[in-house]
Amino acid sequence: MMMSILFHILLLLLMPPLLLGVINKTKAAFAGRLGAPYFQPYYDLAKLFRKGSVFSSTTTWIFRAGPVVTLAATLVAALLVPLGNHPAIISFNGDMILFAYLFGLARFFTTSAALDTGSPFEGMGAAREVTFACLVEPTLFFILITLARMSKSLSLTPMLIYPSPAVWQDAGAAMLLLVGALFVALLAENCRIPFDDPNTHLELTMIHEVMVLDHSGPAFGLILYGAALKLFVLGAVFVNLALPFKSGNLLIDWIAFVAAMLLLAVLIGVVESVMARLRLIRIPQLLVAATILSAFAMLLIVR
Amino acid sequence: MNDTLRLIYNGRAIACADIPCCDQDRFLQTILAMTGRGWRVSSYCGFPAGETTTLYCLLASPADGVLGIMQTVCSGTEFPSLAVQCPQLQLFEREIAEQCGIRFIGHPWFKPVRFVRSAVGRQDAWGRPDDQPIQVGVMDYYRVEGEEIHEVAVGPVHAGVIEPGHFRFQCHGEQVFHLEISLGYQHRGIEQLLMGGPHPQTLRQMEAIAGDTSIGHGQAYCMVVESLSKTRPPAAAEALRGVALELERLANHTGDLGAIAGDVGYLPTASFCGRIRGDFLNMSAFICGSRFGRGLLKPGGTVFGLDQAQREELQNRLATGRAELTSAIELLWNTPSVMSRLEGTGAVSAESALEMGLVGPAARACSLKRDVRSDYPFGIYRMAQVPIATAHHGDVCSRSMVRWEECQKSLDFCVEQLRQLPSGSHAVEPKPLLGDHLTVALTEGWRGEICHLAITGPDGRFKQYKICDPSFHNWQGLAMALRNEQISDFPLCNKSFNLSYCGFDL
Repeated sequence: MMMSILFHILLLLLMPPLLLGVINKTKAAFAGRLGAPYFQPYYDLAKLFRKGSVFSSTTTWIFRAGPVVTLAATLVAALLVPLGNHPAIISFNGDMILFAYLFGLARFFTTSAALDTGSPFEGMGAAREVTFACLVEPTLFFILITLARMSKSLSLTPMLIYPSPAVWQDAGAAMLLLVGALFVALLAENCRIPFDDPNTHLELTMIHEVMVLDHSGPAFGLILYGAALKLFVLGAVFVNLALPFKSGNLLIDWIAFVAAMLLLAVLIGVVESVMARLRLIRIPQLLVAATILSAFAMLLIVR
Repeated sequence: MNDTLRLIYNGRAIACADIPCCDQDRFLQTILAMTGRGWRVSSYCGFPAGETTTLYCLLASPADGVLGIMQTVCSGTEFPSLAVQCPQLQLFEREIAEQCGIRFIGHPWFKPVRFVRSAVGRQDAWGRPDDQPIQVGVMDYYRVEGEEIHEVAVGPVHAGVIEPGHFRFQCHGEQVFHLEISLGYQHRGIEQLLMGGPHPQTLRQMEAIAGDTSIGHGQAYCMVVESLSKTRPPAAAEALRGVALELERLANHTGDLGAIAGDVGYLPTASFCGRIRGDFLNMSAFICGSRFGRGLLKPGGTVFGLDQAQREELQNRLATGRAELTSAIELLWNTPSVMSRLEGTGAVSAESALEMGLVGPAARACSLKRDVRSDYPFGIYRMAQVPIATAHHGDVCSRSMVRWEECQKSLDFCVEQLRQLPSGSHAVEPKPLLGDHLTVALTEGWRGEICHLAITGPDGRFKQYKICDPSFHNWQGLAMALRNEQISDFPLCNKSFNLSYCGFDL
């Protein structure tokens, strides 16, 4: 059991950048390229942590606190989420509310740090980020409420371990809607195509990347790692819903979870390869559609 | 009219004495009358001589393949502006003001074009003191006032690896009310370098006016020298020049279509086109050893010829290139998410395009049939026609479509020319230049019309030389394309025009 918890923590800390590596490798395969190695994101982080930092003289402590608070909030949120069939490290009644607001806190500090620079680009990015977040948050809440109702619990571990093949058989339609809505929210929250393109560096079109333009060195490394961790956390929620495989055997469950996460990364890579970015003005429409999907899922469960 | 406007043909020289010199009113009235009839201002420039300035205006007929040139003398430091009645003149007038120290009365937005002082040491048109250097990047910008308006400044230092230029957006949230583009950071004084030329280095400098249009500008320069020296390049050279020009077009259009795909986040086409562009560049390298066609052209012909084996190799490479490019580009049109991103973005109406005098693919995307290759044919295009590709909506999608159609037409043309490449020598030695002559050379570079206007002195050396890159006409088109669009669409619109900074800055 102790070993499992240790593995749980290590996986939580070490696996996130690998997901980015897998996504990039998938995209490279679609583009007919060899692509960067799977471990490139780790090399990038190592490089950034060795670098020095440059701070603009117009910035205040908020600018420096941004990456740290964001990463800390995401780390705590990561501890609240069960990985596959393994319960979360921290779990208590009502932790789903904390989970949702930790992301809110992270976002607040990222956008404040962006505004702190006074750059018009970062201001635009921050405005876009909070606008779209307003539309993603209802989706997340509907999903959590629906799961809470199904599992009759307010804690993430029972809520997320609850889905099983039997549940899918009973409430397949609602589960399908939930998974669809969650996937859209996952892509939007992590700034993936079709919402944002993590590869472009065109300051006028970016959302997340533009907010962190002025961060450099270790602070930027924290931001990149935090972004990978967020993808991992939301990915773990998604995997629990979409692939409710449970054997009861610790080892097999761990293998199944890791495989499912890698599969999710490939899926994101495929989505990014076969479609273009949405026009910025169309993004709210898709997000509202996701909210409606999750609302219908709730209706189906509550009725 | 004929006593004001002297009709000439593309790539023919005329004696300076044959150009009628009319008075100011006549000159201005003719510009308005002819543009009203659908003629286009191809070049409008001033050459200071002592206390006076001679103004030349080159007008291009829409139909019968002729050009008209006229001149007038401006003796003071003021001249009436026609920019309000004829918007395509506005940038030309500002350029003349900057170079010759003439104030244009009634110009709606009278400010310098670049950050240079008049070359002749005249008084500055804006009264900037002589003893202080002109500050690069310091100028007035158009401003929209209001509490909810915010201004976004981009550049001149760029996030990408492209050239420097400054862009000022007046935005209301995500919506752009106005975009002002300020260039001039790459000014090298190319036109000044040409005074007293041709020099041994002149051709190399011409190829570097806009590095991605080496053949286009190089050929225009060769035409200038050939027409002034009454030299006729051999048929083999004309055909090879045509192939080189189309290869340049293919490489750039391919690269840009890939970059457009990249900007909308559509990876497959972006990656494929990046590689295929390299294949087309390598074909240029196969002909002359330079991927950008440097060192292929020379006045009187080409430096290199092609033997039978090389022609076959090129034809094979073109066939492969066509197959690969077709599959990469078809992906774009068949992906709904890409099309929804391109359609309706950055639209320029046909009326504005006509008013601003757009050229090249940007004009053809607005359904204007403008192509030097068929309107004022030069070189091989007198014998072999290339059909004009047009589209009708003037948006990013239309500009992409036009580029793709032009790629196909260029591929057809290259294959055709390589199959029947004339034999014989590929260069003759040009004779000395005629004195006191004026010549005009227009070519269709991949961005559009390139115009070189040269006047020789009595000794047969260049007395005046005016270069007009297509970007000079088209930057205003980009600014208009952004009106009331989303600011996040700017990179995409910019890429669909892909204008030259150094070609503009000279």
